[in-house]
Amino acid sequence: MDDNKMQMTIPLKSGDLVLKNPVLTASGTFGYGVEFSRYGDLTGLGGIVTKGLSLKPMKGNPQPRIVETAAGMLNAIGLQNWGVEGFLENYLPKLPLEQLPVIVNIYAHSPEDFSSLAARLSNVPGIAALEVNISCPNVACGGLLFGQDPKMAFEVTRAVKQASGNLPVMVKLSPNVTSITEIALACEEGGADMLSCINTLTGMAVDLKGRRPALANVVGGLSGPAIKPVALRCVWQVANAVKIPVIGIGGVYCADDILEFLLVGAYAVQVGTANFHRPNKAFELPAELEARMKKLKIENLQSFRGTLQIPDIKSWDEM
Amino acid sequence: MSDRIHTLKVLDMVPHETATIKNRFYELRLEPPGWSNWSPGQFAMLRPAAWGGEQTWSKPISICSVNDKGLVFFFQVSGHGTRRLAQVRPGDDMIVVGPLGSKFAVYPDRPTLMLAGGMGLAPFVGYSEAHPNPGNLKLLFGHRLPLECYLYPACACKLGERTCRHENMNDEESFMAVLEENIAALAPVNGLALACGPGHFLRKVQEFSLKHGVDAQVSLESRMACGIGACLGCVVKPLLDEATGKNRSSKPQPKSMHQDMPAPVCACGPVFWVDSFKF
Ligand SMILES: Cc1cc2nc3c(=O)[nH]c(=O)nc-3n(C[C@H](O)[C@H](O)[C@H](O)COP(=O)(O)OP(=O)(O)OC[C@H]3O[C@@H](n4cnc5c(N)ncnc54)[C@H](O)[C@@H]3O)c2cc1C
Ligand SMILES: Cc1cc2nc3c(=O)[nH]c(=O)nc-3n(C[C@H](O)[C@H](O)[C@H](O)COP(=O)(O)O)c2cc1C
Ligand code: FES
Repeated sequence: MDDNKMQMTIPLKSGDLVLKNPVLTASGTFGYGVEFSRYGDLTGLGGIVTKGLSLKPMKGNPQPRIVETAAGMLNAIGLQNWGVEGFLENYLPKLPLEQLPVIVNIYAHSPEDFSSLAARLSNVPGIAALEVNISCPNVACGGLLFGQDPKMAFEVTRAVKQASGNLPVMVKLSPNVTSITEIALACEEGGADMLSCINTLTGMAVDLKGRRPALANVVGGLSGPAIKPVALRCVWQVANAVKIPVIGIGGVYCADDILEFLLVGAYAVQVGTANFHRPNKAFELPAELEARMKKLKIENLQSFRGTLQIPDIKSWDEM
Repeated sequence: MSDRIHTLKVLDMVPHETATIKNRFYELRLEPPGWSNWSPGQFAMLRPAAWGGEQTWSKPISICSVNDKGLVFFFQVSGHGTRRLAQVRPGDDMIVVGPLGSKFAVYPDRPTLMLAGGMGLAPFVGYSEAHPNPGNLKLLFGHRLPLECYLYPACACKLGERTCRHENMNDEESFMAVLEENIAALAPVNGLALACGPGHFLRKVQEFSLKHGVDAQVSLESRMACGIGACLGCVVKPLLDEATGKNRSSKPQPKSMHQDMPAPVCACGPVFWVDSFKF
């Protein structure tokens, strides 16, 4: 594989973040990475994003937590995780940190807890960046609330940024808002180095015969190819509104999806629900991407990024 | 390529049907996977290679039997995915992730009662084939539809009619009485009960075996997305002892069953000791 063609250099205030390819895995769909090491070479990926971590372990929501939907799924896991110390002790040391950018996704109920988490992780060697989840629809406190209010989004971003030292901070945005650019701008102002979008869309499924909700939490987050058009729109809007780099998430399933996100301005993508199609899915995407680039005569991804051309026709009459 | 992902050709898709029940029960045979390390109770995630992004999850199906003629599954059409699964034809490619999960215990010298409800018969086909002392095996099969819909005739033929008993589950009360009676009979002979089937059936197996002090395992079903312990969608509640903080069961447990955290059925199970978890 010609590394340079696939390489993405993400410009950050603290120095460039270089990815060997734009294929990252999305939080919550790739465990802590180690679960997948049996199915492929982790170091072949551009990077991974770990399951959301909180300060203390969290048990998550009651069952059922997931349900399959057309071209996607709903989840209300409720952020079950081993807590930051459990992760640092049992999982991080098992990852090939020198050859693989590991982005740690964090979640907290308050700006103060976000700050403590960031501080704890700031001096751990080997972490490439933090991803701040202000967009989880599945927890009672905080979560989505932070991502729906520009003031809160600003505050959480600032708190994390102040506590995280040199670690780059990426804030993960929710599509469940009236204006995603308003929140994006608030995070940029709060000091975010990057933004990632999108988290899941709030949705619902019911069991018609049983007359019950399909999830114990009643509502959950929709993910998978079903949400890709929404995600593309969000990435395009956000990339045009802010100066900091944007990572695209939502329904990435094949090489063309990756190229589409790059075309509208993303520097990389995260592969989420597609990991459930089969556990080697993400590992195959870099090679598939290279083949598609050849076919489409895309010489390198860096210069291809953000080259969407919008025809300059403003109205029906101009046609 | 990982040792746990295989692309196997479909050899056969045989419907099990009667004059009135059609397109619901299928025996699927794939080329032999060359596994040396599978045990009955384990499952695989199946995904026809032709499926695209429109179908999200692979389908968890119990491994029925594995031999040099092929890898066999038995499944029921219960929704969108299994309906599409039934459409694959000989020569099609199937992506198989497996063998996954835990196994049914084998104690050759103890009388062992296999309790199967409907589709729950599948793992016991392989269990009967692999057991070193089949003379110690008995089967109680509960069903709602005619026997031809299931693998029962093949099973009964292999095990011998005398050790197999089938009961119609439609008369719930009388079936549960038979179930309890059979489980209770294991207590004085230090027997082992193994169960696979619908949730309400497994709950009863748990209740009766705890009541009569019989060692028992059940194979739990849960909605599964990843099948490999990564999404935490399929979890079950471990039963911990307040004093020791460890799992209440005296049987060996995976590490996650000793922690006060939901444990993934796909990775810690699907086979669990009945005293180790709460429904
Ligand atoms: C370890 C394990 C082993 C299994 N072995 C077999 C087997 O040998 N033969 C067989 O026929 N079936 C088996 N199942 C059940 C089978 O996986 C489900 O019936 C199938 O996934 C349903 O998918 P669907 O798309 O057809 O239905 P869906 O449209 O997803 O749903 C149909 C109905 O099934 C329920 N359901 C959905 N997914 C599951 C699930 N994974 N488990 C249980 N219920 C579910 C839904 O709530 C709904 O009521 C097993 C399940 C597990 C977890
Ligand atoms: C089962 C599951 C668990 C998830 N857990 C998290 C999480 O812990 N933190 C987070 O920021 N996003 C989480 N997400 C959201 C994904 O990271 C991603 O943003 C979303 O699924 C959209 O991408 P996809 O369509 O490729 O799956 C989860 C998604 C799923 C399906
Ligand atoms: S199905 Fe994902 S953890 Fe079990």
